[in-house]
Amino acid sequence: MWARQLAVLTLLLGCASGCAPGFAVSVASEANRRATKTRITGAGASFPEPIYAKWAGAYARDHDVHVNYQPIGSGGGISQIKARTVDFGASDAPLTAEELEAADLIQFPMVVGGVVPVVRLDGVEPGSLRLTPEILVQILMGEIRRWDAPEVARLNPDVDLPARDVTVVYRSDPSGTTWILTHYLAAVSEQWRTQVGAGKAVQWPVGIAGKGNQGVATYVTRVDGAIGYVEQAFVELADLTHVRLQNQAGEFVAPTRETVAAAAANADWASAAGFHLKLVNQPGAQSWPIAGATFILLNRQQDDLTTARAVLEFFAWCYEQGGSLALELGYLPMPQNVVELVAADWKREVQFDGRPIAQ
Amino acid sequence: MAPGTVPKSFGDRLFFVVTACAAALVLALLVVLVLRLTQYAWPAISRFGLRFLVDGRWDIGAEQFGAASSIYGTLITTLIAMLIAAPLGVASAMFLVEMAPSWLSGSVGVALELLAAVPSIIYGMWGLFIFAPFMANYVQPTLAGWLGFLPLFQGPKMGLGVLTAGIILALMILPFITAVSRDVFRLVPPVMKESAYGVGATTWEVTRDVSLRYGVAGIAGALFLGLGRALGETMAVTFVIGNNHALSASLFDAGNTIASTLANEFAEADSDLHRAALVELGLVLFGMTLVFQLLAQLWLRRVRKSMGSRR
Amino acid sequence: MTMKRLAYRRWTDRIARAMAALAAVFGVVVLGAILLTVVYRGASALGIDFFTLATAAPRERGGMANALLGTFYLVVLATLLGVPLGMLCGTYLAEFGREGPLAVAVRFACEILMGTPSILIGVLIYTLLVVPVGGFSGYAGAVALAVIMIPVVARTTDEMLRLVPHELRESALALGAPHWKVTLGVVFTAARSGLVTGALLALARTSGETAPLLFTALNSTAWPRDLTEPTANLTVTIYNRAMSPFDDWQQMAWGASLVITSAVLGLTVAARWALGRHCR
Repeated sequence: MWARQLAVLTLLLGCASGCAPGFAVSVASEANRRATKTRITGAGASFPEPIYAKWAGAYARDHDVHVNYQPIGSGGGISQIKARTVDFGASDAPLTAEELEAADLIQFPMVVGGVVPVVRLDGVEPGSLRLTPEILVQILMGEIRRWDAPEVARLNPDVDLPARDVTVVYRSDPSGTTWILTHYLAAVSEQWRTQVGAGKAVQWPVGIAGKGNQGVATYVTRVDGAIGYVEQAFVELADLTHVRLQNQAGEFVAPTRETVAAAAANADWASAAGFHLKLVNQPGAQSWPIAGATFILLNRQQDDLTTARAVLEFFAWCYEQGGSLALELGYLPMPQNVVELVAADWKREVQFDGRPIAQ
Repeated sequence: MAPGTVPKSFGDRLFFVVTACAAALVLALLVVLVLRLTQYAWPAISRFGLRFLVDGRWDIGAEQFGAASSIYGTLITTLIAMLIAAPLGVASAMFLVEMAPSWLSGSVGVALELLAAVPSIIYGMWGLFIFAPFMANYVQPTLAGWLGFLPLFQGPKMGLGVLTAGIILALMILPFITAVSRDVFRLVPPVMKESAYGVGATTWEVTRDVSLRYGVAGIAGALFLGLGRALGETMAVTFVIGNNHALSASLFDAGNTIASTLANEFAEADSDLHRAALVELGLVLFGMTLVFQLLAQLWLRRVRKSMGSRR
Repeated sequence: MTMKRLAYRRWTDRIARAMAALAAVFGVVVLGAILLTVVYRGASALGIDFFTLATAAPRERGGMANALLGTFYLVVLATLLGVPLGMLCGTYLAEFGREGPLAVAVRFACEILMGTPSILIGVLIYTLLVVPVGGFSGYAGAVALAVIMIPVVARTTDEMLRLVPHELRESALALGAPHWKVTLGVVFTAARSGLVTGALLALARTSGETAPLLFTALNSTAWPRDLTEPTANLTVTIYNRAMSPFDDWQQMAWGASLVITSAVLGLTVAARWALGRHCR
């Protein structure tokens, strides 16, 4: 009796889970076929997720390695790699050299990207809304509450600004994108620096919070009158409306590959301990003012040789072959001298059983 | 051997031990839940003490954590949900039992039971994609126009926020409350209703004076069960509440509930104290549902007793 | 009684009836609209790819098959764990514990656990199976779902077994059969459909759950291979994709919603059908 009931149950379950038995079998064999692959699990920043997903997909085509990347936020990436629940962590907020030492981690930059304020204002074209750092701060502080406020209108005589309430959208999770943006805001505004400050998570004066770049982008597209901030690649992927921002030189620039590259051109990676470097509010007439690198975190002492090798091989491939895919999505690949610095670091620092792994 | 006594033979003893272990496991689960959560929350409990419950700050950067905004958000969304779903649910049940023709009441009844099983994430998605724009463009401007003098209905009309979350919760528990209330009304002995009709009472009078009075305990039970669901509901709320930790008088503003904060921040938390504070929030939620459940059970027991003596 | 008073009573009656009818219509219309949205938006996402390909990056060809399979594994494992344990517990309550102190305490614990928000079960399993082991895993997800099932199955088993008439047990015992054989053979058979109903309802309730999986099974973009790893599943994938700004991902989320809703409703219908047989 008992067995029959179980059988009935399992059968019902099979039908009810939305797949016919034949299908389940074919899927299971597909899963088995792929079961021989090495798996690498990473988690962290959602800023670089589009490019990591792209790289993982391309890499899997001619290597027996599946890279599973979960965009849980930079804070989560740091805590998960510290807890060794993942093979690599990812963060847009670099750890300081002391923090790296304390947690026995190494850190290296993968790509550089821009952080872009995006809005949803029906009837306003992408790139047509112009903001100065002061106005941006006032909006984010909750001091300008409507889009048709005179301060915004004065800057944008040609834009038909809707009579909408401003909804600020920020990150609910500790995030490197927030880290980059708030460091920029603190650099341009004394008020922001003293009243809100900079960090992976800050006390936002007003607004609603979304999880990850995606959550922010979703709320921005769903709420008329919203302003949020996302990584540059998301602007194009999600058809968001970006703004033009006034940079240090006083020019209004749009976030493009060229303007982010102009900002990154000032970077001096060689003298930054642990690659800890900020790229906000850089000089230059072409520079996009809110840029930053995104970083990978690895444990210095690896406990599985095969996985550790696979991880390093994957990232070496990304540096060598992944540049064009990165550019397609609007990220800047790291220049050759940085790649060499990173390779030297791997050789020196990443070890298994007391011996270096990288050849 | 009569059931209820401890068995003697080996097979029976084994059977007894196995089933008793399974039963003890359930008890152990509850104990472990409380102990383990307390253990994980301990850094936050010892750091913030009782202030945790009344402190409105939730500052991840500065590691200052207080539960006040989450507790407030949990209670206010539940209150909104109950204010909407309780009258609607009980009235619909009344309609189904007392007024609707049997074919209609039967098919609607089945539909209700099915709707009560729809996963809550569906309500959340619908809330974000369909209902939030409707709120922003129609409901919120209307409310602000009529009742805008109240602080409750001031603020940005963005479609997301505490009020939207409350309404989505209401929709989610509505079929549940209706289905349970309907079962309660059905249990009213027909002879009582018939005698009331016999002396010339109208349908409404019979419902009010016979069915509602007879079923008050069951209705209260249904409402308490619905309330318990609303308190701890995660997905339906997380999509639309806006996840803000600031305390605000306006129902249009974004807020957070304990469950939505856990869903948003738990896996992402990067400091031990943050995670401990989240687990402590979970303990607070457990305490809240426990209190409501105990109240419900005590109340049901009391009413059942008094009804028993009346009969 | 004056005519005026009678008219007043008649009008209140009419108004009350109209309002009750309105309430019912409102509920049915809104809830119907939700279901229709899911069907309308979801149906266009379903196709061969949806059921055969794994999840992919935005704007790339992909489906939901890995998440479907992962959910299938998680739910099957949870059922294999939760249903027998729940039934054993319910058997103790009905056959041995009755009104004894342990049984009363266990019944109370069941009620409390059933009322405990499922996200807290997720947190509990995180502290028990994720942190000590050092990683999110499909097993943790399945255990979380099983923990949600156990009290539901236990209480329905308890109720159903207690409905079985005493005479049936006693006549079997009088023939000299041991208690465990009587329970499994006679009592379970008599309560068969009721037990199936309980299991199906528990299944329906858990297969649509998202919150307990968020910190246990997490999610994955890969095919489920080994449940010691983060495991792809439908509900968390729906959550991630519905909360993404990409049109094609949102489309997929609607499709997956339709699948999971149909599955849950199907299970509920099956449970009702089993209960119908039981009552007959």
